[in-house]
Formats: sequence, C-alpha cells, structure tokens
Amino acid sequence: MSVGSRAIAAEGSRPGTGAQAGGLAGAQGGAGATPAVELRGVFKTFEGNQVLQGLDLAVRPGESITIIGGSGTGKSVLLRLIIGLLRPEAGQVLLEGQDIVPLRERELLRVRRKVGLVFQGSALFDSLSVGENVAYALREHTAWDEEKIRARVREVLDMVGLGNIEGVEPAELSGGMRKRVAVARAIAHPPRILLYDEPTTGLDPSNVEKVNELILDLKEKLGVTSVVVTHDMPSALKVSDRLAMLHEGRIAAVGTPEEIQATHQSLIRDFIEGRVER
Amino acid sequence: MAAISDLPQDLGRRVQLFLTDLGGMSLLAGRTIYDAVTPPYGPRLLVAQMDQIAVRSVSIVGVAGLFVGLVLALQTAYGLGRFGAKGTVGIIVGLSMVRELGPVVTAILVGGRVGSGFTAELGSMKVTEQIDAMRALGVNHIKKLVVPRVLVTMLAMPMLTVIADALGILGGMVISQHEFNVDYHHYYNTITQYVELADMLDGLGKTVVFGFLIGVVGCYNGLTTRGGTEGLGRATTGTVVTSSLLVFISDFFMTKFFWWLAGW
Repeated sequence: MSVGSRAIAAEGSRPGTGAQAGGLAGAQGGAGATPAVELRGVFKTFEGNQVLQGLDLAVRPGESITIIGGSGTGKSVLLRLIIGLLRPEAGQVLLEGQDIVPLRERELLRVRRKVGLVFQGSALFDSLSVGENVAYALREHTAWDEEKIRARVREVLDMVGLGNIEGVEPAELSGGMRKRVAVARAIAHPPRILLYDEPTTGLDPSNVEKVNELILDLKEKLGVTSVVVTHDMPSALKVSDRLAMLHEGRIAAVGTPEEIQATHQSLIRDFIEGRVER
Repeated sequence: MAAISDLPQDLGRRVQLFLTDLGGMSLLAGRTIYDAVTPPYGPRLLVAQMDQIAVRSVSIVGVAGLFVGLVLALQTAYGLGRFGAKGTVGIIVGLSMVRELGPVVTAILVGGRVGSGFTAELGSMKVTEQIDAMRALGVNHIKKLVVPRVLVTMLAMPMLTVIADALGILGGMVISQHEFNVDYHHYYNTITQYVELADMLDGLGKTVVFGFLIGVVGCYNGLTTRGGTEGLGRATTGTVVTSSLLVFISDFFMTKFFWWLAGW
C-alpha cells in the first residue's frame, strides 16, 4: 500500500477518529455511539501461521460494513471471532461495549443470541426440515407455542422470498435457496448484529442479486448492524455503507464504496481490478 | 539416517497428540457430567437416542452373546471332561458370562456400532459446520448432542449386557446337554446355586462405566474431526480402536476395584 488516499483511513481506525468514511458517522448513529462491534489489537494464529496481527476495527450501530481481502487473509476468522466461535490469542472483541473474550462458553451462548451468522456453506441442519431449521432458535430460546412459532417461521421465510417450503428437506434446495433459508434461520430470533460469510459465493447472477437485495432489505426492515465478508466486489459495493480491506492480518484501509472506488492506493486498486489473487 | 533422526521428533509429536486427546476427552467428560446434572433437561432427546442406541443393538448383542456362550461351553466342558468335572460347566459358563464376557463383548460391539456411529454423525455435522451453526444460534451443543448420547449409552449397556448374559448362558445350556450330556436341570441348578447377585452387579456395574467411556470417546472424536471425509474415516476408526482399548484397560482396574470392595 504505497499511495495514500485522502479520504481513506488506514489501519481500520475507530468511529469518529477523523479521516475515515466521511459523512457516515452522523447517519449511522453518531460518532460518539458505542460501536456495535469493535475489535482492538486482535491476534489470531493457526498452527504457527499468524492470520490476524493486531487487527483494529469498529462497526457503528446500524451500519453495513463489508470486509474485503484475498483468500486466506482471515476474513471468515474475523466473523468467527466476532461471534465467539474462536478466541483470539490477544486483544479484545467487544459486542455493544461488552468484551466477549474472557467469557466462558456458557456466557457466550447468551451473548450469541443477539448475533446472527450466515455461514458460507449455509450449514443447515440436514436432519431437520426447512421449517424446523428456521424454528430452531425459537424453540430453544422462547416459550412460544407451536402456532406462534409456525407463524414466525412463515413470516421470515416470506421476508427472504421463500414461501411454503417449511416441510422441504435442505438437501432438496438449490444453493441460492439454501442461502436464503440460512438467512431466515439467522433472523428468526431477531438479532441486532448480522454476520454474512461469503453470502454470494457459488451463486448464479440471479441469485447473487436476490441475496444482495435481501441484505439491503433486512438492514432497512430490521435495522441490524451487518458485517459482510466477501471477495465479490460488485456485491460489496452494493450492500455496504463502508468497506474495510483486510491485508496481512490488519485492516489496511476503510472507506465508503465511493471512496474505495476513487482511491489511488495500489493495494486496493489491484484488488478491485483483479490484479491480485482474491 | 534421516528417518532415524526424525524419531524423537515424531515420538514427541505423538506424545503431544496423545496428551491433547486425553485432555480433550477429560474436559468433554467433565462438561458432559456438568451439563447432564444442570437444567434444562431434554427427556425427548433421550427417547430418540434410546431407539438408535439400545433397540437397534439388541439383535447384534444377542447373537454375539449366544455364540460366545455356545463356544465357551464347548471349550470349558472339553477341558473339564479331562478331570471328570463336566457337570460344573454351568458354573464356569455362568460366572464367565456374567462377570466378564457378557459385559466386555457387549461393550466391544456397542463401541464398534454405536461409538463409531456417534463419531460419524457428529463428525459430519462438524465438517459441514452444523455444530458451529448450533453454537452460533446460542445453543449448548454439548447438552444437545453429547449428553443424550452418553447418558443413553450408559443406560443401554446394562440392559444389553443382561440380554447377552442370558442368551450366552442359554447357549451354554444347549451345548452342555447335547454335546456333553449335562442335564438341563443340573446345569440350571449349578448356576442358580453358584452365580450370586453380587456377580451380576459386578458385571453390570462395569458396563455403566464402559457406556460412559464409549459415549465420550465417540462424541469427542466426532467433535474434533478435521480434514473432510478422509478425516471422518480416520476419526471413526479411531473411536473403535480407542474405545476397545479403554474397555479392556478399565475392565482390569474395575475388576480389581470390585474385588477390593468385596474384601478379596
């Protein structure tokens, strides 16, 4: 990253720290608001390979941020750290101001109820029907009767554009439908933070568009904070308030889609123009 | 030369892996016990597992128990005949089945069928991220997946062992009558006279521990599966080997323990 862009903040600086993402702070909850998600000096290693090296990132409440970067740079690891499926070797992971790193698994289960994660491979429970998948968290965390649960399942399936497939097995669904069922499952017990791991990977253009619209729609309807991980640049530019580029274990730059597209930073230009491996 | 110089490193790696697995299994065992005794409880999950673990194992355990009894009677009566003591075959078959062979044979079969099934099932959930999805939804996967499997295996083992014991003793009775002319009544009377309730409890007590070990090993290997379908195959084989070895090793120590309890 040689040439700095005037409007892009390096090292993923925190909200309200000056140069980054001009103009967004006020629209997205204010520079003074506690970030919905914040990572401070996070280190993560896998079998001697240091994936994250002191990563800092802050996501404002209600904003939609997309993490971009090449394959193997630790984008999915970042999401798993945010939801507490992985623990960092050092650093803090704060959800709405609460550091989740010292929490035990039992305490984390409670925290995770406010976060939804859409897995890259959908990760639907293959022994359960679509309806049972979507109702899973409701049955676990609420005392609702069956009728109310069924109504909620129908409601969220309608939200993701899938009606009347409650009784269908996940194996019978197409890739795009599986992805949307995974989204429905993640939002059934309404989360405040929604994480998407490569939501458009492996989908045909029509389904990519549907998933992009879905992410935007959910942000508008539910007011959730969204963190999207992808290397699909058109999708990233479409669904994001800000984009953050992950490179060599740190956030190398953060900016609005316009700023990212206008930047002269060679690292980002190379990435969005496909001159480096994604 | 290169291979020899690598030996210490290889040995160190294996010791490290062994200790990692031992620690992981101990932690899982501890968490399983904790989650089993703390609410909420899931009786419906236990019923579902009971069918999978106990009911579907009855035939295999029954056939194995029957044939172990048949061959045991053949071998012991043959030996005892040399001393003119064929009439005591019932005592040996009864005690051997109830105290040792019934529990161990049942445990080996259940380890192979049920334990490896746990590994395959949880392992495929692991590699397809379904376990992570469960955790991400705020659900305690140990309570949901491990506790019912371990509890039902502990519960099913004594029941299955009783079936293996009964059919083994019955098989011994048939062989004793038809091959060695030991009268049914005599065989039955020697067993009821010399096989005591304490012998039954000794054998059945061990099976509860075997059930716990099989359940924990099967679930641990499933939850730690890595490397896709190839890794799943390795994990399943690992469960059969580890649970069988643990059954044999723990059997010795528990037998010694029960003897100590009985004041022998």
